[in-house]
Amino acid sequence: MPEDKFDAIVVGAGPAGSACAYALAKVGKNVLLLERGNTAGSKNVSGGRLYTYALELLEPDMYKRAPLQRKIVREQIMLLNERGATTVDYYNPDFGKDVPQSYSVIRAELDEWFAGEVESAGATVASGVLVDGLIEENGKIVGIRSGEEEMRCDIVVAADGVNSLLGQKAGLFADVRAHAVGVGVKETIELADNLINARFGVSDSEGAARIGIGCTDGISGGAFLYTNKGSVSLGIVFNPEQAAKQQRPIQEIFQDFKMHPAIQPLIEGGTSVEYGAHLVPELGYEGIPDRLYREGLLVVGDAAQLGINTGLIIRGMDLAIVSGLAAARAIEKAGNMADAGPLYMKQLEELLLLANQRAYKNFHNIFEISRIFNEYPKLANDALQFLFTVDGKVPKPTLKGLLAAIGKNASFGGIAADGWKAYRSL
Amino acid sequence: MTIKKMSPEELLALDKFSVDEGNPHILVDKAICAKCTARPCLVVCPARCYRLKDEQVNFEYAGCLECGTCRVMCTDKGVTSWNYPRSSFGVTFRCS
Repeated sequence: MPEDKFDAIVVGAGPAGSACAYALAKVGKNVLLLERGNTAGSKNVSGGRLYTYALELLEPDMYKRAPLQRKIVREQIMLLNERGATTVDYYNPDFGKDVPQSYSVIRAELDEWFAGEVESAGATVASGVLVDGLIEENGKIVGIRSGEEEMRCDIVVAADGVNSLLGQKAGLFADVRAHAVGVGVKETIELADNLINARFGVSDSEGAARIGIGCTDGISGGAFLYTNKGSVSLGIVFNPEQAAKQQRPIQEIFQDFKMHPAIQPLIEGGTSVEYGAHLVPELGYEGIPDRLYREGLLVVGDAAQLGINTGLIIRGMDLAIVSGLAAARAIEKAGNMADAGPLYMKQLEELLLLANQRAYKNFHNIFEISRIFNEYPKLANDALQFLFTVDGKVPKPTLKGLLAAIGKNASFGGIAADGWKAYRSL
Repeated sequence: MTIKKMSPEELLALDKFSVDEGNPHILVDKAICAKCTARPCLVVCPARCYRLKDEQVNFEYAGCLECGTCRVMCTDKGVTSWNYPRSSFGVTFRCS
């Protein structure tokens, strides 16, 4: 372990920490990047999509070096009922043009590569080091503790993830509250590329991203499926408070979803190779703590509860990278580290991160509409069942049949109330 | 069929763990859990580390995926201490 004093110590080699350490090393700062996993990425789980603009912001063309999986050109929404599913498939080849908009990623690969880039840029990277405390002197954070060891620096960047024990220890914010997070579970399933291509209608380099609703026992939440190179990431994110109110363990709900008649054939022939879980910040702008800094400490990425979930777009890693870059720029610009915090907030504005968060400010209210997770997916399937059924009997008049499909699942008053709530949230 | 509904044990067997024997990173106070009626841990822990055994909440840290859900959801604060495993211990994800 190096013993000199560092300009900055970055805790956590996820996208936020590595982006920050990379940008700092590039401007000649003496940086130490610490990671508790034995390799960067080995403690990390995410659904698996990175929006490319963030890496472009850090360094143009950097994404070309990254171990990215498939560029996403198919966006799919699946509404499930017990045995069937209605799927909307939006294909847009332009999403894959020039700098492709987004890629599926495997975090063990991406984060390890990213930490390698940080090291090549001149920073010191140490893995297998759990930071369990901060050193505070005269009201300032002046370093970190790992077991018996102490390391000193001008500023610490806490990129220690959604649970951010460091931010809590620094007194910046209280522990994560249950209503502010989702709990995600995920299986990585190895599947031959030719099967992925045929089943999802993509070429070798292209991929599909799918979200699913109606598969969570009515719990607020949704499923995701990302196609990778030679594998598929399949999972569900649940609202933990609602999950706690019913009887079935979330792992079991997830396993039933995997075996759903509309899902299982997509992954059949594959092999389950890993099972992971992680918390996800779910409140968007409202979930970001009031204080993301104090003298000697900046908080970035999931630790700052950055995240956007519109139901269609799920963003975390891009915001993490941008916040890491914002922190690095603030540290670079600050003559005195006492200025770094306010400069960091200014950079979060200048890089449009907070504007992005604010743009989707009320979206999380939509997920309070409980019928989205049960009745409405059923309604869609019932309506299509009516429209597509031919059995030789005299069919109901079309309007009557459709109204029956709606009435079976929700009252018109309830639908109107939900519509109003959705309108207010958007 | 290669794809099967898997038990928690089968799912955790896919993962690589290095268990810090005798040194749990999460401490649970059974006396508090005995009085808890909500027991959200039984359904929200993705690894099913919390199970009922003779009507008692039994916690096994070896298969912990280090997500934090139990700490966040624990209503009566029976989870008295929650930390990450010491350096080099715990779960290692290779393809997530």
